[in-house]
Amino acid sequence: MYSTKSKYVGFAYIAPALLFIAVFTLYPLGQLFWMSLHNWSLLGGNKFIGFGNYLRAYQDPIFWSALFFTFQYTLYLTPILMILGYLFALLTSGTAGLVKLTRGTIFIPVVIGLGSSSLLWVWLFQPQIGLFNRLLVDLHIIPKPLVWFGADATLGLWGVIISITWKVVGFGMILFVAGIQSIPAEIIEGAEIDGASYWQRVARIIVPLNYRIILLVTLISAIGSMLAFEQFYIMTTGAPENQTITSVYWIYTNSFTYFKLGYGSTLSIMLMIIIVAGTSIQIALTRRRSLE
Amino acid sequence: MSLRGFAANRNSYLIAAICLALMAIMLFPLVMSLLTSLKPAGEAGMWPPNYLPSRLSFSNYIEMYNYQAGLPLYLFNSFSVSFMTIGGCVTLASLAGFGLARFSIPYKEVFFLLLICGMMIPYQTLLTPLYMMFSGLGLQNTRVGLAIVHTAIQLPFSIFLMRHSFEAVPRELEEAALIDGCNSLQLLWWIFVPSVIPGIVSVALFAFLTSWNEFIGALIFMNKETMFTLPIMLVASRTGYYGSTDWGILQAGVIISIVPCVPVYLLLQKYYVSGLMRGAIR
Repeated sequence: MYSTKSKYVGFAYIAPALLFIAVFTLYPLGQLFWMSLHNWSLLGGNKFIGFGNYLRAYQDPIFWSALFFTFQYTLYLTPILMILGYLFALLTSGTAGLVKLTRGTIFIPVVIGLGSSSLLWVWLFQPQIGLFNRLLVDLHIIPKPLVWFGADATLGLWGVIISITWKVVGFGMILFVAGIQSIPAEIIEGAEIDGASYWQRVARIIVPLNYRIILLVTLISAIGSMLAFEQFYIMTTGAPENQTITSVYWIYTNSFTYFKLGYGSTLSIMLMIIIVAGTSIQIALTRRRSLE
Repeated sequence: MSLRGFAANRNSYLIAAICLALMAIMLFPLVMSLLTSLKPAGEAGMWPPNYLPSRLSFSNYIEMYNYQAGLPLYLFNSFSVSFMTIGGCVTLASLAGFGLARFSIPYKEVFFLLLICGMMIPYQTLLTPLYMMFSGLGLQNTRVGLAIVHTAIQLPFSIFLMRHSFEAVPRELEEAALIDGCNSLQLLWWIFVPSVIPGIVSVALFAFLTSWNEFIGALIFMNKETMFTLPIMLVASRTGYYGSTDWGILQAGVIISIVPCVPVYLLLQKYYVSGLMRGAIR
């Protein structure tokens, strides 16, 4: 295929996708920067205000509290997902039937929509008729049903964390299983002959050999958490008093509830910078892998 | 004994017990939702709540079926957006993947970066300018418009997968076809497409799940009741019954929204997992 004219032929094949991405990703990206410099309204009459929106974000207490809350959520959730995901992967990386069935079952919620799973959990958490509350009472874990999404923002946060752990723990697990299965059996057998116990092998050999995939999954997972929206929109609705508003939620509120599109753009850019920093680390890590 | 012998060298009863307990925990929400959706009308709202229905009834499903404009319309909206997204991703990504894998293109890697840069940019941050653009183009509250958004979300990953799929096709196949005088489009259709079916299935599967489940884009672009996709309609229906929630009907809706995802995943598990692996370890 590598004849002289083939470079135009090749370009013709990538052109449709390139055009699509130019129009629906790159152009909006440029537009986003442009809008962030304006007092932008749907009806026209956009006023250029330079970095006014950025100054406003700097002075906006909800911007900071939303960012802090999103970080807090990510900081609590990520270690839970990684540790549980890795333990589940150790448990289910075998080939026995029951173990594979368990792996498949843990993974099921990953393919369900976040909207559906949030509507499912908000019902399970419901104070009067929620069956998760009833189960916890029946198991004597709590004396009476909790009002998960009420006046206590911390309880609301943990309610969301429980539901999201259920929903996405299988994602990390499945990638960790692949990581564990890629370790040559001889390495582990060698350690076993040397008398290393199971947990010694896990700590000294398996986890260190999976170091890179653990780091990658941690980053993917943390980036996902930094973009949380549905679970809070549906389960906590930002209550109490905007304490459970995330960064994306605050963008949504400004752009599509208040229709402050310029300010929404500014908030978007600030979040984008944080996320792109995260993905750059992720890419740098994979590049080093391919050079090795 | 290898690591995979974990189950064998430990107390295998303990392992089995942990596995069963974990499966019970993971299935509890889904089973409870299913059972509650099958309770007779109003029973889901009764206090104290029971785990099991007093008798099985489809009245919640019938209520959900007749909700507002009727479930068939919302299903149609969700399915048509999903299928347009699949079509867009498969077509554009196959062409681009073929071009990238099999031709020398000047500045190829620059173009490749442009094509997949969407994997780095969170689409949630692009919704504000897209909203402006779509209100100008009249694409708001249209299924095509939402399918465009979903294709934009999913296309970079799809291109990435398809480039790898095409690169894995052995060169001998291609050379034989060229000797037979195929042009590049015939080559793509007759030689390459049959060889990259697993890649295409992965792309279609991810596109379907993304589009079917996508929430914030649909929430923003589909604000007319008759254009709602299933997830948006469910959230709207939560307060739709005279301001109070009928949890039984809502769980019927949740089950309906889950039904296409789980069988599709179970049937195509191997494509899903291999696609996920290539995506994560890119």
